[in-house]
Amino acid sequence: MSEKTYFDFAATTPVDERVVEAMLPYFNEKFGNPSSVHLYGQRAEYAVETAREIVADYINAEPEEIIFTSCGSESNNLALRGVTLARRHHANGTNTIITSKVEHHAVSKTAEQLRQFFGFGIDWLPVDDFGVVNPRTLKSKLNSSVALVSLMYANNEIGSINDIQTMAELCAKNNIPFHTDAVQAAGYLPLDVKKTPVDLVSLGAHKLYGPKGVGALFVRNGTKILPTITGGGQENGLRAGTHNVPYIVGFAKAIELLKVERQARIEHVEPLRNHIIEGVLEKISGSKLTGHPENRLPQHASFVFKNVDGNLLLSMLDEKGFACSSGSACKTGNPEPSEVLTEIGLEREWSLGSLRITLGTTTTKDQVDHFLAILPNIIDLNRSLTAKR
Amino acid sequence: MTKVVVAMSGGVDSSVAAHLLKEQGYEVTGLMLRLWSEPGKENSNRCCTPDSVAQAKKVASILDIPFYVIDAKDIFYDKVVKYFIDGYADGITPNPCLACNRHIRFDLLFNHAMALGADFMATGHYVQKFVRDDGMHLLRRAIDEGKDQSYVLHVIKQDILRKVLFPVGEHPKSIIREIASEIGLPVAKRPDSQDLCFLAGEDYRTFLQRYEQSSNLPGNIISTNHQVLGTHTGLHNYTIGQRKGLGITTIDPYFVVKKDYQTNSLVVGDARSLGTDRLIATEVEWSCGSPPSLEFDALVKTRYTSKPAAARIKMSNENASEVMIQFYDLQRDITPGQAAVIYDSDVMLGGGIILSTDRSELP
Repeated sequence: MSEKTYFDFAATTPVDERVVEAMLPYFNEKFGNPSSVHLYGQRAEYAVETAREIVADYINAEPEEIIFTSCGSESNNLALRGVTLARRHHANGTNTIITSKVEHHAVSKTAEQLRQFFGFGIDWLPVDDFGVVNPRTLKSKLNSSVALVSLMYANNEIGSINDIQTMAELCAKNNIPFHTDAVQAAGYLPLDVKKTPVDLVSLGAHKLYGPKGVGALFVRNGTKILPTITGGGQENGLRAGTHNVPYIVGFAKAIELLKVERQARIEHVEPLRNHIIEGVLEKISGSKLTGHPENRLPQHASFVFKNVDGNLLLSMLDEKGFACSSGSACKTGNPEPSEVLTEIGLEREWSLGSLRITLGTTTTKDQVDHFLAILPNIIDLNRSLTAKR
Repeated sequence: MTKVVVAMSGGVDSSVAAHLLKEQGYEVTGLMLRLWSEPGKENSNRCCTPDSVAQAKKVASILDIPFYVIDAKDIFYDKVVKYFIDGYADGITPNPCLACNRHIRFDLLFNHAMALGADFMATGHYVQKFVRDDGMHLLRRAIDEGKDQSYVLHVIKQDILRKVLFPVGEHPKSIIREIASEIGLPVAKRPDSQDLCFLAGEDYRTFLQRYEQSSNLPGNIISTNHQVLGTHTGLHNYTIGQRKGLGITTIDPYFVVKKDYQTNSLVVGDARSLGTDRLIATEVEWSCGSPPSLEFDALVKTRYTSKPAAARIKMSNENASEVMIQFYDLQRDITPGQAAVIYDSDVMLGGGIILSTDRSELP
């Protein structure tokens, strides 16, 4: 079998060697608990606080506005549950969550739980055919009953970018907290919380060459929020639990590298990504790009193919050595079209045949060319098999 | 490197099949079909439950092979479950495993395996394959007689059979279990599967009561000389040769001789009236390519569990897709809908679906 090609960097990235190196001393050499008084504790605390400064600096926040969590999903949970419950307590009559149907499940399922068990209402904002929320739609929905607005920066499945700047400004004007899930966006898109009046931002390390199992939530000073994990008072009392020191250090190292290398990474992946989009749309009949053609993450290409079994497509590509992803991916062979693809108006015959290709620092032109060379045959074969069942 | 796609079920046999092939130096990939389950019973269905998928996935990880699941729910319902239900409505006793092997395993699954770039597909069936002098690929009964599955594999066409491997058929089941436990497969102790995979552990009669009521109405139990002896609960609920549970009192033991769907009556008789010795089989596949001659002697199995019996085989049409089989002795339970599978000693020559059966005039 030929060398394997990883085309799923939006699912997760490998951990950068330099990040691994930065983490290692904190497993056994500087292993202390940052909450301890002694020197071991002080060293660990120093590491965590330095990490906090690095992450804060990257989005131009204050260090105390960064809460370390276990992952992007936890950050989303803390933002939604923490802010809506606090708001209801402090500001009577706020009982509505505004979000969209194309959010990551860590947002949409949390909102659903708040509706079902905590009595909040949800105002689901529609998206256009690219999966983008129109700020004017948001504007028309804002009123004094809104507890929180949560809209993602960039979509994981179809790569489209929301106009966070305008929407954050609208919310700020109405004194409504605005949360954005920036887990997918953070590796490529700029964010300056001094310029963009967001109140909460979710980040995760493992989409930007950091380790899995660590994330952060930016919480603007003054935002009313309750902890979802209560206990020892770590992280400003917003997230109890002994700090995961090596992972927090790794996260910060990844952010530090990102700050220096972001532009180079974009310049590396974007032309390759454009080559894939052009190649696929040209070579494959019955294919469509999903998400916005220009206003999308630079490493992200996503498609639907008419009358193709997306699940089978992933298996066939994997056997050819290409690790890709799909909006209808299901490891139990029970395919349902993704909510995102349904929400942007795709019929089942299209949405079941989705494919996501996301590139990274190690992607080469050869890999892309090889992929484009084998794809047409695979799609033909897939269609002939799919037609028979 | 030669690539084999193994049809995995999460059970012992297919898991060890994958292991054996890997040991033999093949590049191995696991493939599983997501089959139909009755809505709401997805978790108690025997195979392809989330649990079986998880099990197969775990085995694949232990063996360090890629593993994929393919959706085959709709086609499985159309070709297998519907065939099963319709068969009963039509008054036969269908064998859904045959339909599955014909349309799903050795067609759809096979084609998917080839699409994944495989040179061969393998399954965990107990049967042995060998190549005859003339290059034909043939199946021989498994080493483990009690586990032999050649009966349900007669539907495989020669061009497909050439590309199929059965690595467990050359070993007794006990060895297969030993291997499974030696290499630490979590499935080593799972009980053998018996019932139909889509029945979710219940009796097929209960299943049919929900899906096929039309031919499942009570009617008369009559004797071979047309006397009404009692009432049956629906023809589905009886099998030919059945003795117990008839609910009638007779001096000698009575058996189900025939199910007459025309008059919805269950025909019973004593041991002397039980049995037929002639059958017509259709949809005949000759695994060996073509029949040895227009008329020949062979051994024939008419049930998965029946013993092979001596018979004379005669072609009924030019392309040998229909045969008449005359047994030398009466057979107790020849049932339309099941297969008649023809063997030369332990080599499977082919087989077909039993269309009708009767009793020749005894001398």
